[in-house]
Amino acid sequence: MATVDPKSLHGKFPASREHVEVLVVGAGPAGTAAAIAAARLGAKVKLVDENPVSGGLAGLDVPLFFGGRAGAALGNGQRMLERVFAADPKLEEAFEAGVDLALGTTAWGLFAHGPGLQTLPGPVVGLADEGDAWLCGFDRLILATGARDLVLFFEGADQPGVMGAQALHALLGRYEAFDGREVVILGTGDLAVAAATLALDRGVAVAAMVEVRDAPEADVAPLLARGVPVLTGTVIRAAERGPFGVAAALLVGPDGAERRVPCDTVCLAVDRVPAVELLEAAGGALVADGARGGFAPRLVGPASSIAGVFVAGDAAGVAPGPAGDASAARAWGVAAARAALGYDAPAPAPAAGRDRNPYRLDWMRRLLAVGTPDVLACQCEDVTRGDVLGVRPPRYLGAPASPRALDTLLGDGPVNQDQIKRLTRACMGACQARRCREQVALLLALGAQIPVEAVPLAGYRAPVRPLPLGLLGRLDERPEMRDGWDVWFGIPTQWVPYDDIGTEREAEHLRGNMHL
Amino acid sequence: MVMDMDGLRDAAAPKGAEVVVVGGGVTGLSAAWWLARSGVDVLVIDKGVVGWEASGRNGGGCSHYQSPLFLEEQRLWPQMDALLGYPTEHRPERIILAVTQGQWDQYRRIAGIIRSQGFAVDELDPAQAREAVPLAGDNAVGAIHVRTGGHANPQRTVQAYAWALQDLGGRVLQHMPALGLVLRGGRVVGVATPAGEIGCDHLVVAAGPQAEGLLLPAGIRLPLAAARAEMIVTEPLPPLRVGGTDGNGLYGRQTLRGNLAYGGGPHEWLDTEAAGPRGRPASPLLANLSRRLAELFPKAAHARVLRSWAGIVENTPDGRPVIDRPADPGNVTVCTMSGVGFGLSPASGHAVRDLVVEGRCSFAEIGKLGLDRFRDLPADWRERQGWVTPAAERAA
Repeated sequence: MATVDPKSLHGKFPASREHVEVLVVGAGPAGTAAAIAAARLGAKVKLVDENPVSGGLAGLDVPLFFGGRAGAALGNGQRMLERVFAADPKLEEAFEAGVDLALGTTAWGLFAHGPGLQTLPGPVVGLADEGDAWLCGFDRLILATGARDLVLFFEGADQPGVMGAQALHALLGRYEAFDGREVVILGTGDLAVAAATLALDRGVAVAAMVEVRDAPEADVAPLLARGVPVLTGTVIRAAERGPFGVAAALLVGPDGAERRVPCDTVCLAVDRVPAVELLEAAGGALVADGARGGFAPRLVGPASSIAGVFVAGDAAGVAPGPAGDASAARAWGVAAARAALGYDAPAPAPAAGRDRNPYRLDWMRRLLAVGTPDVLACQCEDVTRGDVLGVRPPRYLGAPASPRALDTLLGDGPVNQDQIKRLTRACMGACQARRCREQVALLLALGAQIPVEAVPLAGYRAPVRPLPLGLLGRLDERPEMRDGWDVWFGIPTQWVPYDDIGTEREAEHLRGNMHL
Repeated sequence: MVMDMDGLRDAAAPKGAEVVVVGGGVTGLSAAWWLARSGVDVLVIDKGVVGWEASGRNGGGCSHYQSPLFLEEQRLWPQMDALLGYPTEHRPERIILAVTQGQWDQYRRIAGIIRSQGFAVDELDPAQAREAVPLAGDNAVGAIHVRTGGHANPQRTVQAYAWALQDLGGRVLQHMPALGLVLRGGRVVGVATPAGEIGCDHLVVAAGPQAEGLLLPAGIRLPLAAARAEMIVTEPLPPLRVGGTDGNGLYGRQTLRGNLAYGGGPHEWLDTEAAGPRGRPASPLLANLSRRLAELFPKAAHARVLRSWAGIVENTPDGRPVIDRPADPGNVTVCTMSGVGFGLSPASGHAVRDLVVEGRCSFAEIGKLGLDRFRDLPADWRERQGWVTPAAERAA
């Protein structure tokens, strides 16, 4: 019988507080369809969705890039809960199908066995609501976590009123809590057209659509007919600062002339990125796939590289077309549910489309051409484009000017965004890099003159939502964890003062925990 | 990170160096920096990016009273920014805060050990502790304020060593794994890499958990077991007077940015693979860490956790370092700090430099850190100590 190290994790994690056959994360079209399909196949299903998010999280641009334009109504939790439920009739259908529907519930971590982790009682997802945090075990997990807004900065982008297209969609549609009246939309693709159309339909003026390329990416004729100016060959240089955030967009046209377009909101509708943080933080394999919107799960059908974990909808690859092409997403969801439960499922069509990186790079190049190195790349940590390319330590260190920069770092090895993150703090802030991960990668690709795909992903880590210490600390804890806790490895001989090693004084040091 | 082996084969393999250091962690880089300061032609190779393993993922503590290198650690840290020429974020002093009577007894005992080495340690009553640590709460039982010691930023420090080494003419080759040792006539004459053989007169092995497998063909037995340890970090909070404040079974620091970065608690033993870890996942332990950090700093219970991470840490059977230059083959120096390497790195690098250049440590007696002590270690020592993977535990 081998000895068990009493200070190891062995036996210290409790069984999860709840366990379901099928856990679905994300109650968008894909997730809801998956949950309904799984329930109708007889499975015990739980469907969680973080919406409505708390005002605090929305302020940190969780999950979408709200940019300070979420209205005060979002703070009314019960009303928002009702709105979220009422906004999608499919949720009621799921409820009636017997799905355990948990809105306002955040999935902050996925933990499953793999290389380097073998001590769990079983695969679990960490969940939290406003007052509690717990682990939910599952037999099968379907991640339908959707997509994030692609964020690109310009001067003044750190003020209230600069937001993403999906966030605009959520505030105008699901929440009816948008604090703006006149919007300039960046981009002319399907995403931008949908944003402009929804804005007009909800009585929000669209002051302009801005496109760096020489022609619109999608059909803007209906918008032109509604009087929306579409400015091609044009880029935003800055968002003018006003007392309530954005006061105007300062645009640079093809002739280099600058024009001022008054507005209270600038909506980034250039592109979207699959929300893959739960999968990646758990060690799930991703591939750089410009056609699917960036780093996307490596899939076989809807199955991820982690046993029992499936992906559906935009999280599997952002579909071309307007945000949330519901019919395709629903088909994904049904296929994922069938595959998860071992039924034959027609392989869902991968998000076919063109590589989005050239378009993103066109935007980044034009933004760089009209902006200065002082434009922020990371808002939380106050890191500018110049700081990233100069690999400068944060200003609060007061360090002397260094000869080191991206080009000297490249002499030592291939570009690595996590290394840049450690040295500059870009992507280390409270938004967990939802606002900066992609734009720093684009900046590094241009700075190092390499393809975007060659910049390794800046890794995600649990908790993938910024949650309070006190809330996460509510997870169940076994007495074995309390009793077996040690500050370090609990090797008593490690802490014997050197001079006492091998003397009669050694024994008295070998009692109790020690401390670094 | 996927290694581009084709790219490596195309790379011009350096012929060699007087001293080759395997392992671009904090110990290997400090050793190389010290060697370069002595005018030695030195080359560091690493399987990945410098400081990517435990060296860049730890609590950043620099206060190791148990070590024979303690005095040198304390002497050097206040000078490191100036010596390296790049910021390490070093700040002096530590406060260790107790929230149970058991911790208080333990921390006072540590205070006694530190005092016995000639350093000042104050004992703070609960009111004084709350004044010294504004995030402390009504549960504070007492604190010790260690006037020596300190903390630094591991990631920044590792990179500072690498850059300082380069500034002195030393070389660092990243993404260059050591595949094996090249032995001729009973001596190590080089290291095999994907880019070919890199020759050396002397070899320093500071390769973390992988050191054991690398050294075996040279007849050197360095018993090691590796485990995963985990940390969390919060959003920034207003600065504490002493950033190096910990306790309640946690180690860690408030960064100069204001984030609380803390670790502690149980580990998971892993098997070591020659190519290095295939993953460094966090576990739900992040919640247990959160609970203890909120107990340590009740007034920070609202602080949001931004990340957790894990590092793979090697330990020797007694948890003590090995800093040794075995008589056979004679031109190999071995160093592992057994899980306590970051803070001691200014001194451990100095010791390795001394062993390589002078054959003995010039500033401290380190004879008890030799490999000799494992001469009679049984082959199944890991099983006997229970330092085995969960799968092996279940099988047993």
